Amino acid sequence: MSDQILLETRRLSKYFHPRRGLLSSKTGTVRALEDVNLTIYRQETLGVVGESGCGKTTLGRVLLNLVKPTSGQVIFEGQDLSSLERDALRRLRREMQIVFQNPYSSFDPRFSMFRSLAEPLTTHTNLRGAALEQRTRQLVRQVGMPEDALSRYPHEFSGGQLQRLAIARALALNPKFIVLDEPTSALDVSVQAQILNLLRNLQRHFKLTYLFISHDLSVVQYISDRIAVMYLGKVVELIAAPSLVEGQAQHPYTRALLSAIPEVHPEDKRERIVMPSKAPDAARPPSGCSFHPRCPFAMEICAQVEPPLEQISAEHWSACHLIHQSLQN
Amino acid sequence: MTELLTVENLHVVFQTYAGTVYAVNGMTFSVQPGEIFGLVGESGCGKSVACLAILRILPGHGRITAGRVLFDGHDLTQAKESEMQAIRGRQIAMIFQDPSTSLNPVFTVGSQIKRIIRHHTQASRQATEQRALELLDEVALPDPPRIMQAYPHELSGGMQQRVMIAMALASGARLLIADEPTTALDVTIQNQILELLVELRRHVGLSILLITHNLGVVAETCDRVGVAYAGQIVEIGPTSEVLHTMKHPYTQGLLAALPSAQQKGRDLLSIPGSVPNGLSVIPGCPFHPRCPHVMEVCRQTPPRLTAVNPGEAQHQVACYLYSPETAQ
Repeated sequence: MSDQILLETRRLSKYFHPRRGLLSSKTGTVRALEDVNLTIYRQETLGVVGESGCGKTTLGRVLLNLVKPTSGQVIFEGQDLSSLERDALRRLRREMQIVFQNPYSSFDPRFSMFRSLAEPLTTHTNLRGAALEQRTRQLVRQVGMPEDALSRYPHEFSGGQLQRLAIARALALNPKFIVLDEPTSALDVSVQAQILNLLRNLQRHFKLTYLFISHDLSVVQYISDRIAVMYLGKVVELIAAPSLVEGQAQHPYTRALLSAIPEVHPEDKRERIVMPSKAPDAARPPSGCSFHPRCPFAMEICAQVEPPLEQISAEHWSACHLIHQSLQN
Repeated sequence: MTELLTVENLHVVFQTYAGTVYAVNGMTFSVQPGEIFGLVGESGCGKSVACLAILRILPGHGRITAGRVLFDGHDLTQAKESEMQAIRGRQIAMIFQDPSTSLNPVFTVGSQIKRIIRHHTQASRQATEQRALELLDEVALPDPPRIMQAYPHELSGGMQQRVMIAMALASGARLLIADEPTTALDVTIQNQILELLVELRRHVGLSILLITHNLGVVAETCDRVGVAYAGQIVEIGPTSEVLHTMKHPYTQGLLAALPSAQQKGRDLLSIPGSVPNGLSVIPGCPFHPRCPHVMEVCRQTPPRLTAVNPGEAQHQVACYLYSPETAQ
């Protein structure tokens, strides 16, 4: 089973210390990630959902070692990223890539597409001249763009076309793992559908593993095999995507999220779970279960003891006292 | 019922370095008193520009070239600037996508909302204070006295949007134009704001023109909806009919492109090609270059909005597939 695992995190935490004011006094600690244990299997898509500030973007960046974790480990194909020397880490970088939300800001506006796509190849490989050109042509074809795109500049493309090219750049070094950080959030629905189809095809063809980060539950449900639901830096539920439906998801936060998606067919709609009060400040997380001030089912214990992530069934983990108690009974 | 707002054959163009951009090309729709009307479409379909044109707050290089905007029977396109001043805010208020850019960061929420109340009424200092507190309470903000003292940055996005709505209500506007009011918010907060809008319609009798790209938002809040494409309405009618028995190939394409758990493992249907850039007017039906059912007539003459069933005039579609002359 262990060779099925591509990437693993062990008690991964990342704290930020925001500074405020001229004399930059420390104003507390934001726990963007706290004790996150995740396993990502080869060729799967693990979806990560949560609201703004839940730490989902930080998770993607820490996995790629773009941001150093405060504590804990990221283990990629058996190697602990934090223990690697610079050169070894650099070699490993070829295996892991990222696509960002806003394609307009992920290309240098002064670079032609050829220069942007060639950059990772010249940095990491010996491809030069005609071979380099041929590889870039192949890349743009793979994402469904015409070859003449290479001689054009970012401002000449639409958002959807640029996102295709960003995906082409991520594929340049034949990576195994790609972090997709809200890759379709800036796009219209018809274009989003094209990009999601492209990502699925590329995954099959190149045997890719994805971490798909999004705030949009319907997109994550569609594309993922498993889904991690995050709240204030913690994974509160981990569940197989087909089970993430009304009635099967367990954690009250997941249920509240599900019930909040505006549906085109409101008649399929179940009762709505209303969360009182706003999301808490990440710099001052509540005691016990961090969701308890907003949880409609909060009990006395929830304010005191933090619930651990517990296994409910083979593919389903949840961190909630309510579920813990019902399991015991 | 008489319409509160009627937009008739509206045309708006922009002069840009790239040439003339035809942003709105004959848009027609109406909002009735106490109704939530949704204007839905992808970026560049002209939905926001149409709303700026209604209030005559187009940027300098934009111009209304044809059409009428009737508010309470008066044509706003012909109104004098001084008349428009009296309508903006007082009759028609508008809120935008990003509330943090609509609030002034250096004044407290209280001073901003009180300034609007004083601008529109001759109330005393005390009455103004009282009214401001009432308004903040009406939009369900907790602890209004504290919110009055707060600066915008101390509030979350959802709370800021509530303040914006309170300010829109402060002037006693009858029509609220809400341009993507929940797009910048998390889904649980989005829900609360939409419920607030529905609630205000019920209690205050507010009419709302809701602009959005999200078909789910339309389904849950709007009474009627117009689907915009390339600056025109291609389908319009009661929300449930437009979304469940959609007729126009574009509306069908939009709905088919929505990802969902049921679609899992299958490719999503996407509309080939991309949204036109508006630099030229597409002859015939604006959707014909991307339409799977395109016919010869579609390339030549633009279709007109006609009733889907002769019996019910409400649900209308602009497509030759359904017009009696061309339908097989």
